[in-house]
Amino acid sequence: MTCEQARPLLSAYFDRELDVATSLEIGRHVQACEHCAAVLQQHDALRAALGAAPLVFAPPNGLEERVRAAVRREVRSNAPSVSSRWRWAAVPLAAALAAALAWSVASSRSAPSGEQIVLAELVSGHVRSLMADHLVDVATSDQHTVKPWFNGKVDFAPPVADFAASGFQLVGGRVDYIAGRPVAVLVYKWRQHMVNVFIWPSGGAGSQDLHSLAREGYHLVGWEKSGLTFWAVSDLNAADLENLARLFRGAA
Amino acid sequence: MPHLGAGYNLARWLARNDHDANDIVQEAYLRAVRSFDRFRGGDPRAWILTIVRNTCYSWLEKNRAPGAALTGDADERALDVAADPATQPEVQVLRAADRHLVRDALDSLPAEFREVLVLRELESFSYKEIADIIDVPLGTVMSRLARARARLQECLLQRTQGGR
Repeated sequence: MTCEQARPLLSAYFDRELDVATSLEIGRHVQACEHCAAVLQQHDALRAALGAAPLVFAPPNGLEERVRAAVRREVRSNAPSVSSRWRWAAVPLAAALAAALAWSVASSRSAPSGEQIVLAELVSGHVRSLMADHLVDVATSDQHTVKPWFNGKVDFAPPVADFAASGFQLVGGRVDYIAGRPVAVLVYKWRQHMVNVFIWPSGGAGSQDLHSLAREGYHLVGWEKSGLTFWAVSDLNAADLENLARLFRGAA
Repeated sequence: MPHLGAGYNLARWLARNDHDANDIVQEAYLRAVRSFDRFRGGDPRAWILTIVRNTCYSWLEKNRAPGAALTGDADERALDVAADPATQPEVQVLRAADRHLVRDALDSLPAEFREVLVLRELESFSYKEIADIIDVPLGTVMSRLARARARLQECLLQRTQGGR
């Protein structure tokens, strides 16, 4: 691969959006090409600069109320223009929109397999944690407080680390219930995005695989380490979530 | 309201002021209510942000003075491959860039560049998801992001090295 061919693809390569074959070719080229390697470093530096900058504008106080009020008025005065799915929701309006948009469960006719059930529970668990006030039971970014908190609450010791230097800040932990057993959950925050990492003891021999898939608009990344199964669930894209997996796997 | 934070942030980056962003977000959520029938599952955040984005553009067109440059010169021609600076000193400058300069630099970009950077760097959408939200082919997202980053970098380097 020549520089001319590689250069327009470097940005997509950096985002891990290229197919495997092309990525490998670019990787090989970059190893031999100082200039392209420097371009990648620039991408990395730019991303770091963007990561450190105050780029998120929070909604002003009262906007949520104003939106809710406007939606209520719309439904009351313009019934025909409001979708029928909306009207038959018997629950309060805001809750209906929130629930429907947050859950949007695709219906399936076939009986779900065991693994599908676990994945569905993971996504539900993630969404539920964001809906009500139950994201964490122990709220601190101090790993030395979170780790012992799990003693006596689950029958294993989850590894707890703060990856704030890599953009994943530890928010806290809680206990959840997945596939019929209590699990430990570590909650991380990447910018404004929450990541739930569900942890429980693995059944069988450890696997080196990293599972990465999408469900209902969320991304899930799963792996095993030291006799434990991990599943990270978030609306973050797969590449960033896989980064978190790598951090977990790399940590002692 | 689900995804209100993400919706407001996108609207604020596109409209470039709080007052307009407020109005746009309210309008967008009304549109969401009206078109909820057409929501077929999939990623609700992407769905709402698509509505917010479209509302932004139509609102700005209607309410801004005609001729007010919405987009500026987002050059869609092929990347000038030979023009990359790509030197170590520049990498250091980027890493050390003042946080507020970074924000100002992003704010100064044409809207097409601003939105792909916001959707990618702040909202963490994949290229495919971005293509769906802004309704362009995947290849366009790829080249536009590459160009947006090059422009942002240029902007930042100018602001950091050359004074104002």
